[in-house]
Amino acid sequence: MRRRPIFLITVMCFGFAFFYIPILSMMVYSFNGSRLATVWGGFSTKWYVSLLSNKQVGAALLLSLKIAVVSATAATILGTMAGITLARFRRFKGRTLFSGLVTAPLIMPEVITGISSLMLFILMAKFLGWPSSRGFTTVTLAHITFSMVFVTTIIQSRMLQADRAIEEAAMDLGSKPWAVLFDITLPVIFPAILSGWLLAFTISLDDVVITSFTTGPGNTTLPLLIWSKVKLGVTPDINALATLTVLVVGAGVALAGYLLNRSEKRRDADARLAYRDND
Amino acid sequence: MRNRIATWLQGRGYRGVIIGLPYIWLLLFFFIPFLLVLAISFGTRTPTAPPFGYGGEHPWISFVGYSRLFHDDLYIRAFLVSLSNAATATVLCLLLGYPMSLALTRVSSSWRNILLMLVILPFWTSFLLRVYAWMGLMGKNSWFNALLTDAYNLLTPAAWHLNNIPMMHSNFAVVLVMVYTYLPFMILPLYANLERLDPVLDEAAMDLGSRPFRVFLDVTLPQSVPGIIAGAMLVFIPAAGELVIPTLVGDASSPMIGRVIADEFSSASDWPMAASVAIALLLLMVGPMMLYTHYQSKAEAGDEP
Repeated sequence: MRRRPIFLITVMCFGFAFFYIPILSMMVYSFNGSRLATVWGGFSTKWYVSLLSNKQVGAALLLSLKIAVVSATAATILGTMAGITLARFRRFKGRTLFSGLVTAPLIMPEVITGISSLMLFILMAKFLGWPSSRGFTTVTLAHITFSMVFVTTIIQSRMLQADRAIEEAAMDLGSKPWAVLFDITLPVIFPAILSGWLLAFTISLDDVVITSFTTGPGNTTLPLLIWSKVKLGVTPDINALATLTVLVVGAGVALAGYLLNRSEKRRDADARLAYRDND
Repeated sequence: MRNRIATWLQGRGYRGVIIGLPYIWLLLFFFIPFLLVLAISFGTRTPTAPPFGYGGEHPWISFVGYSRLFHDDLYIRAFLVSLSNAATATVLCLLLGYPMSLALTRVSSSWRNILLMLVILPFWTSFLLRVYAWMGLMGKNSWFNALLTDAYNLLTPAAWHLNNIPMMHSNFAVVLVMVYTYLPFMILPLYANLERLDPVLDEAAMDLGSRPFRVFLDVTLPQSVPGIIAGAMLVFIPAAGELVIPTLVGDASSPMIGRVIADEFSSASDWPMAASVAIALLLLMVGPMMLYTHYQSKAEAGDEP
């Protein structure tokens, strides 16, 4: 017998209102006819029209997506290797430094990461002659570095849960390490790799601070474009952009949740069938 | 030659590649840049490009940046403002996040999944746009400001009448938006911790006649200390170094430390000073970071007997 936790439920409702009222308000005001972003002036979709016909926004979105895809893919490869290292290779020279290097970017203030990367690129350009200009390449390099450690934490915790016995069995039967990696380890942790990629992708797509330090003139990503507009105040077309973002992300998350739920159900059903066949 | 590489790869090379590639990458793009910042913090500002140097009329290693940290009011104030804003936001996140996490462990499991997804969903939308959403709400002409102003005028004497509440460009705005954007960082580790607690202990205390609030104080709260500390550090550390929020909604006349670093670097083009402030910020964060790494694993493991 337990009393209903009325206080807890009340705070929770307040918390969710706190989470979602600002977003909902922004979505409502994206249909505001007035040029003053915060005063209601009738229903209108003109901000969507002006947003979608803005070539700058399209170019910035394209650049952001290119950087996010490339950096997430590289970060997933490197982050997976680092995760396997931490979970499977218990002892090697420099392990302490390695685990420090994997944790530090997680808690390093973004300003410092951004400035230190920029200092590196400027000094490299001066003494090595590369990179000659800042843009896609430098931003991607910086994004790979700080998003790979997020992939590492996901892979590491998944590897620590995974059963080592199958890997060891394959090794005992004479499989070479690369075959074990590609035939057993990677397929087993594939869902973790996928969620690592998604996380790296969204981190890259969302980043303002590090991008603003490592990019050069003419290479504006979508967050940087929003940043430069928003610094001047509230503008209605950003409301429209925000609404579209929330709708796309919401639909994506709902779809992912549905697919995950379905595959879980199917796996459960398969497991039940398998047990029945064995009986 | 190719054969030898192939044999090496199949033998010892496997470990070499798996360990080596991420290691080299992090050394090159994270560790060396960090060492650069450390080295530049002991340099002096020069009108060359890049704008720092060693030696010359100054001694080889200069502590100019560090001594200015203690003598110039601007830096001390910026550190104090940052720490107090971050600490206030952390406490508010805890006060709001703890009951929410506890409530999440008490609702039915189908509701719980939906509500957890609603906590995480803002994570996947743009951070910048979440800050921006509050700029709209706090502005002078917004419905939210009007609502608060009406409530204020109703509750206070007529002589204190206000046309609107000046919320933007203040530490209040910074803390509010920090709580808004960092609250999920508090809820998720706390929830993970609280979910693993054994409800039998609660019930035992209840059966022995404790009242619910007593049970909370004596049983639940002590067991959730690892979750509280992990969540608090997860909010405090990024909040103290925050750049976006204070730039957009903060008071420009008393900047936070992240803003000071960025300004020294970009506008003043004083690399040694920016580097000194950055190193000082990192040193201040070492304590919270160690607390976090210590308690994070505990929070995830739950309180095992």
